[in-house]
Amino acid sequence: MTSTIPAAEPLTDLPLTIAGRTFRSRLMVGTGKYHDNATMARAIEASGAEIVTVAVRRVNLDRTQEEGILYHLHPDQYFLLANTAGCYTADEAIRYARLAREAGFNEYIKLEVIGDRETLLPDTEGLLAATRQLVKEGFAVMAYTTDDLVTALKLEDAGCAAVMPLASPIGSGLGLLNPYGIRTIKRRLSVPVIVDAGVGTASDACLTMEQGVDGILMNTALAEARDPAAMAWAMRWAVDAGRAAFLAGRMPRREVAVPSSPTRGMLAQ
Amino acid sequence: MRELRISVNGEPRTLEGPATIADLLQELRLNPRMVVVELNRQIIRRPVLEATALSDGDTVEVVHFVGGG
Repeated sequence: MTSTIPAAEPLTDLPLTIAGRTFRSRLMVGTGKYHDNATMARAIEASGAEIVTVAVRRVNLDRTQEEGILYHLHPDQYFLLANTAGCYTADEAIRYARLAREAGFNEYIKLEVIGDRETLLPDTEGLLAATRQLVKEGFAVMAYTTDDLVTALKLEDAGCAAVMPLASPIGSGLGLLNPYGIRTIKRRLSVPVIVDAGVGTASDACLTMEQGVDGILMNTALAEARDPAAMAWAMRWAVDAGRAAFLAGRMPRREVAVPSSPTRGMLAQ
Repeated sequence: MRELRISVNGEPRTLEGPATIADLLQELRLNPRMVVVELNRQIIRRPVLEATALSDGDTVEVVHFVGGG
């Protein structure tokens, strides 16, 4: 009879793979809204992230001597994922995606087509149209979408490299509003599912990873923390913990109690 | 020498022609490797910046990566 040595290490996990490329971290971070670039760089380093998002904007012609963001994020160390933030139509998003690709780092794009200025929720029609066109042009499209399964399936059919359902609105810090929706998307899709937007603190990140998703993208949770680098460090372990808990296979939920101590062997009353 | 009245990032600008996009970037003190240029809604690829002449009435957009989520 063989004895089983309990695992001291967490269960082995496969690396995150998107469009045929593997990445060393399931935590992805944005680069916006930081107080200054030094704070941003420290937080990103503490997060252990490899994928960092950037936006495409006009050069400020009055201030061309300032250090650009790439000065703080070396493309050798980080994978720059450009986004189409601020785009409200498919045509606009396609235009920005092409500009981003021309910068020459990679063919990945975090596709955002926004439908509402107050909530920044996606415009599903525009998102699908832009996805189809950009897929044709050879982009690895990572589409920022809602927690709706049907939309996620359509995005996958349209050729997305990854689907990115939101936990809650961008910058809201409301955490995971619809665990069921996210869990369902992960269960049904074959492409990677990366939750993007709305994570506020470590427990949000942990709970999100426990749903089985492949990764998380966050920005405001770090940039608006009192100590961004400390929060980034917390998030790093929260993502790992949530992933490990998912791989370990959680116990079932019950509506009633089941005792943890024996019911036999009680003393005579 | 002639005057070229163009638009750069939404602002009117005058420069002495003939001029190429590379000339414009130099005048703007921009590193061509750090920016992407659109001329009249067409992306102008880096290898042909020096060969692409500007004309009166052109609309130029010069973009780069910035922080974002």
